[in-house]
Amino acid sequence: MFFIILAICALGVLQIFSATHDTVWQGAWWKQILFIAAGFLLMWIVTQIDYHALMLRVYPLYIASVVLLIAVLVFGKRAFGSTRWISLPAGIHLQVSEFAKIVIILLVARFLTELKSSDVLQARDLLKLAGLIALPMALIAKEPDLGTALTYIPILAVGVFLAGMPWRYWVAIAVVALVVVPIAFTHLQDYQKNRIVSFLDPERDPQGTGYQLIQSKIAVGAGGTWGKGITKGSQTQLRFLPVPHTDFIFSAFGEEHGFIGVMFVLILYFILLMQVVQDAQTAPDRAGMYICMGVGALLLFHILVNVGMVVGRMPVTGIPLPLMSYGGSSIWSTFLMLGLVNSVRVRRFVN
Amino acid sequence: MAAFQYLAVAIFLFLVSGFWELQIKSPEIYNERAERNRIKALPIVAPRGKILDRDGRVIVDNHSSWSLILSRENLREDHLHEIADGLHLDYDDLVKKVRRYRNRPKYEPIILKEDLSPSDLAFVDSHRDPETFPEMELIESQRRLYPESGILAHVIGYTGEISESELDNPDYAKYDQGQIIGKTGIEKQYNETLMGIDGERQSVVDNLGREREVLGIKEAIPGKNLQLTIDLDLQVVAELTLEGKRGAVVALNPNNGEILAMASRPSFDPNKFAVRIKNKDWKELTSDPGNPLLARATQAQFAPGSTFKPIVALAGLESGSIDEDTTFNCPGGATFFGHFYKCHSVHGSVSLHKGIAQSCDSYFYNVGNKTGIDNIAFYAHQAGLGSKTGVDLPNEASGTVPSPEWKLRNFRQKWFAGETISVSIGQGAVTITPIQLARAIGGLAIGGVWHTPHLTVAAGKNDKPHEWALNPDNVHKIVYGMYGVVNEGGTGVRARIPNMEVCGKTGSAQTVSNDYAKAHPGESFKDNAWFVGFAPCYKPEIVIAVLFEGGVHGMFGAPMARDVMVAYFDKKARLAEAEKLKQSPASALMSALTPRSTGVPASPLDSNGQAEAPIPH
Repeated sequence: MFFIILAICALGVLQIFSATHDTVWQGAWWKQILFIAAGFLLMWIVTQIDYHALMLRVYPLYIASVVLLIAVLVFGKRAFGSTRWISLPAGIHLQVSEFAKIVIILLVARFLTELKSSDVLQARDLLKLAGLIALPMALIAKEPDLGTALTYIPILAVGVFLAGMPWRYWVAIAVVALVVVPIAFTHLQDYQKNRIVSFLDPERDPQGTGYQLIQSKIAVGAGGTWGKGITKGSQTQLRFLPVPHTDFIFSAFGEEHGFIGVMFVLILYFILLMQVVQDAQTAPDRAGMYICMGVGALLLFHILVNVGMVVGRMPVTGIPLPLMSYGGSSIWSTFLMLGLVNSVRVRRFVN
Repeated sequence: MAAFQYLAVAIFLFLVSGFWELQIKSPEIYNERAERNRIKALPIVAPRGKILDRDGRVIVDNHSSWSLILSRENLREDHLHEIADGLHLDYDDLVKKVRRYRNRPKYEPIILKEDLSPSDLAFVDSHRDPETFPEMELIESQRRLYPESGILAHVIGYTGEISESELDNPDYAKYDQGQIIGKTGIEKQYNETLMGIDGERQSVVDNLGREREVLGIKEAIPGKNLQLTIDLDLQVVAELTLEGKRGAVVALNPNNGEILAMASRPSFDPNKFAVRIKNKDWKELTSDPGNPLLARATQAQFAPGSTFKPIVALAGLESGSIDEDTTFNCPGGATFFGHFYKCHSVHGSVSLHKGIAQSCDSYFYNVGNKTGIDNIAFYAHQAGLGSKTGVDLPNEASGTVPSPEWKLRNFRQKWFAGETISVSIGQGAVTITPIQLARAIGGLAIGGVWHTPHLTVAAGKNDKPHEWALNPDNVHKIVYGMYGVVNEGGTGVRARIPNMEVCGKTGSAQTVSNDYAKAHPGESFKDNAWFVGFAPCYKPEIVIAVLFEGGVHGMFGAPMARDVMVAYFDKKARLAEAEKLKQSPASALMSALTPRSTGVPASPLDSNGQAEAPIPH
């Protein structure tokens, strides 16, 4: 697993270098290496900690997260039209929502393992859990960062699925969603509406919000089978592609490395994901399983939404690609989650 | 957990299929779009050809200017408001313009404003950086420079951006949106010659439109220069004689159809059209009761009045209904079909010479009555009246020469014999244009050869004159009558030039019928003054038609023609003088001492110092 993570990170660094080598971001690849090194250290530390110890402290952690999210809204650093970062000394800006995810994974794991009737999930419990998650989600959506807020849903969904939620609840949720979504749509911010509309029909406003999707598809398509080579992609190099080192890194990668390169990376991600699922299966207890599956669900959701956006099959949400996209918060939260999985894994023979 | 694995497989297959579709199935489409993204083509506007007079003097020139174009790759609609403000453009027009381009490929830029003023340039310079309005782009282009004060405006016409309706016209299929084409006059007629082929500069740009690398430059091919048969020396005189009047002057060489001068007043300033005419200016021009946009020389259709009489005389003589000695009595008018037709004077016994010289209406009533409408119409048609002359200008008017057959076809009515009487003195339904009159009388004077009037040397080569062999005796008699008009105290004495045989005919034509004038007593309907003259009488080199709208009497048109004729013969004398000097030994020495580095053949005017050096063309 170590080597797969390393390989994905290395390709990410390479692509960050290629996409930024003659821009103001040109030192980013080096910073990314530092983030990754620190990430491995964090992963190692978390691996050493017994996940049960973390689960015991999940409620204080939860309260701390909520307080921090409120602090972000109050004192946070504004950039690109939203307030997502909290400034730390030494010029580091942390995206609290990325770290709060980990707390949510632990929260779901603890909540579900502590249920009295372990076979069937009660509606009361489901609502309680959903309420606990909805609070930070609402705070994040307020930043506004709907994309990140939505990443909390798969954690809950996989958790309650494994907890054996009756199928009639799923139907009920589906019905509620069908009613709520159109109403919610009318209450979305204009930019959020635009993103969804332009996802459905990107050519409608090619200069506005559809621009990113179109440029991304052009970049990927122009890559063809073999790609144009490192630093040779015109879409990436001439900046037609938006943020080619963060959210659209896979688009830049697709242009410069083609279908073959894309397949290689997707297979690496798939192996990593299956490894996480296997760790869930071999987990020593239900808590470990919930943690692993929560991480797996989150990773899968990130990959689906980010890569789906790159090929124009998902709306633009601003969700980074784990391990590849540039950025300390995303890298560290991913490594912390993988550290949790490792923590479960190294204890699989205990008892 | 197995379910999760299946879900993961499904999601990955979904993603892979996305890449498959883009990268394996149709990468060419995206490759092409990526190329289009990065390659920007900026037009290099080809300058239009210059327009020169017959001596090579420049009439229409270009001067270079800056145009602003909008690169649509970087265009943001929310910038338009500020851009429109900064350039003093109408915001709604701008938005409409941008919308019109919506279905065109992205790399095609929009020409936003031409001939930028210094303040526009300052605005563009300070706002075109990548952070503000990266869509703004400057290109150098050529702007048309027309003579001031409207000289030759109707002949030359003006240019403008191709309009929506023109784009839909198959004749304009070869032109493209945003191109500048000739709209009227010579500019329209010879647009293909004058218009060059735009070039293109292809370069690699980034997403902010910053040029990274030049891929290639396709140079513009400038339009060809066009030499007119117009002589500016005569043209200026013609324009001056019309100053403050409404009317037209056409001077042409009857022996080949070359138009030497053609003026129409009131005029307009074509420079206002050179880029895009302002709404206010356009309204002013179109609502002016003087109708300055009407090219009167080829488009004004009026009754010719007495200038029609030489044609009636020709019909009478050629058809044999009269001869030189046929006389009619003029007691101040004549009665036909129980109706009295007035003459302007009492002429007594009138024969052909006196009839023309004194412009006796009674005489021509009788000639017309005897000759018949069919003969009159036949010879008028031979002389090219009532039909387009075929001059190389757009939208020529045809005028009318009535006949029983014409009346039946257009009004389904029988011809009344009385109408022939009116037609005999150029009234009734007869209408002609000034250029028709010059051509008709010129062709008659040289014995029955009517050349097609033309404005360019090139068009002269395709001239197929209309010929109708006339009896030289008859021509001589009519010309002699017209000699009398000018030289024997007739109505055209004011066209007299000492030592020059000038022939001519005046005309004073009613613009409305007597009944109409009576019904509108408050208004004044001044007669139009016509004059047509040529010289020398028996070997004409120049024929001039003058229309002076509301000029009351043809005698007021005569001096206008004389001025142009004087200019013509003065210039001819000067040239002959210069020619003589040139052949003298002293001048041969002079020209040997002044080498001609241009290699341009010497213009006869040069030695005289009269004209600027001719521009090679």
